[in-house]
Amino acid sequence: MLKRENKTDVIVVGAGPGGISCAITLARAGKEVVLIERGLFAGSKNVFGGAIYTQPTKEIFPNFEQEAPLERKNIEHNYMILGKSDSTTISYRKNDNASYSVIRGKFDRWAAEEARKAGVILVEETVVRELIKENNKVIGVKTELEEYYSDIVVLADGVNSLLAKQIGLRKEIETRDVALSVKEVLKFDKETINQRFNLKDNEGAIGEIFGGPMLGSLGLGFMYTNTDSVTIGLGITLNDLVEKNYRPFEILEQLKQHPKIAPLIEGGVLKEYSAHLIPEGGYKKVPTLCDNGVMVVGDAAMLVNNLHWEGTNLAMISGKIAAEVAIEALHSGDYSKKMLSNYEKRLKNSFVLKDMKTYRNLMDIAHQRQMAFLSYYLQKINAFFEMFTSVNGVPKRENYWKFIKSIFTDRKISELFKDIWALLRLIWSILV
Amino acid sequence: MNIDKKLYTLKYSPDTESHLKPDMEQCKLCISRCCTYICPAEVYEWNEETQELIVNYENCLECGACRIACERKCLEWQYPKGTKGVTFKQG
Repeated sequence: MLKRENKTDVIVVGAGPGGISCAITLARAGKEVVLIERGLFAGSKNVFGGAIYTQPTKEIFPNFEQEAPLERKNIEHNYMILGKSDSTTISYRKNDNASYSVIRGKFDRWAAEEARKAGVILVEETVVRELIKENNKVIGVKTELEEYYSDIVVLADGVNSLLAKQIGLRKEIETRDVALSVKEVLKFDKETINQRFNLKDNEGAIGEIFGGPMLGSLGLGFMYTNTDSVTIGLGITLNDLVEKNYRPFEILEQLKQHPKIAPLIEGGVLKEYSAHLIPEGGYKKVPTLCDNGVMVVGDAAMLVNNLHWEGTNLAMISGKIAAEVAIEALHSGDYSKKMLSNYEKRLKNSFVLKDMKTYRNLMDIAHQRQMAFLSYYLQKINAFFEMFTSVNGVPKRENYWKFIKSIFTDRKISELFKDIWALLRLIWSILV
Repeated sequence: MNIDKKLYTLKYSPDTESHLKPDMEQCKLCISRCCTYICPAEVYEWNEETQELIVNYENCLECGACRIACERKCLEWQYPKGTKGVTFKQG
């Protein structure tokens, strides 16, 4: 017979946005929750781009705009399409409080502290090594030192989720289903950032970067302004890194030297280098989301909408919904898979799984057509502007016809039809 | 900038024992040895002389890429103990 001295209502594994949102929602409803974090403090093992989104964050922390450690309020998105040495940027600016840049070491720590104030028992510096099962139900967790028991365990243990794997909720992750991201945080004084990015006070800008050293790879770069630092990073699917013999930080060095990027980060002093995996498998690779006594949220559940750069919001909302289902389960005393499958049902009815489903075909098509959409067309956009801006004595009509002809002669004509077909298929699957 | 300079910016509390345990016999048979180049901290180096994989586990960023990419699926990969490993302050 197992000892049950350490029994609580719910154990949440992992104090990231998903785990914290789940734990605080439970504590606010008067439930006893243990939140277990393997790092020195919440946020110390966490890495993202990144920005958090205002609306979903408010659902968990209504006053976060006044209380949380935020860096800058993002007012501009810059979609930077890089050729080998040239670039085209589409910039969208609106002051609408949609997102804030944050440093996870500060933000997650603050959020976990809020959870603690709400009554969550926060256990840091503790690794959950495995889940304890009895009669086909998860009944607790085993850490290095002791065992904790609960009616429900929520797995918010991140992209690698060794625990979801242990109990068979998902198969082994494949190299094409994750991107390896490396990033650097570079220190500047505030005025330099405001000048270079055309900002004032605590306004921030985001860079969404395509191409450059990532031409032909399934990868994207990102840039965020913090109060007195700039984040520059990129993520490339792991199978591309393996096949192309790439060292991720070397690609980042090349990106930093691109003529579009270099002037923006010139003179920055490296504050910190970091790396993390990003779940990129999409809807088709979402694991089984619950079983008897257990639910999976956030990155552990592959909940990332990569086209829209969303992840923390999906983690927060999935954590909140898991908590709401757990509260009902605790009231009814039913922790069966059938009861907890309400979590999956509600996720399906929310934007979380609806959005994941909308883009269900995106990654397949991106993998199939990556040379076209992540190399050829990016360079073609730049070639168009090169043609359009050139003043060289050649009549414009000749330039136009030469450019149009090149679309049909650069590659096999069948490639063009494959691209059109892929694009139509993708748009159809998104809209219908 | 080389990788060592980047890793100097990080706070580490290394364990005395590696949390990354490759099966060396399998590593000898591995063709790509992709861990030696995909790792963002260059934890893995192949020693031609001894025909062994050197594992600089103290530099690990705990991302998990090597575990997934390992061609022969011969890497026993665990998180470091609760008080050990890397601490990100700027993540």
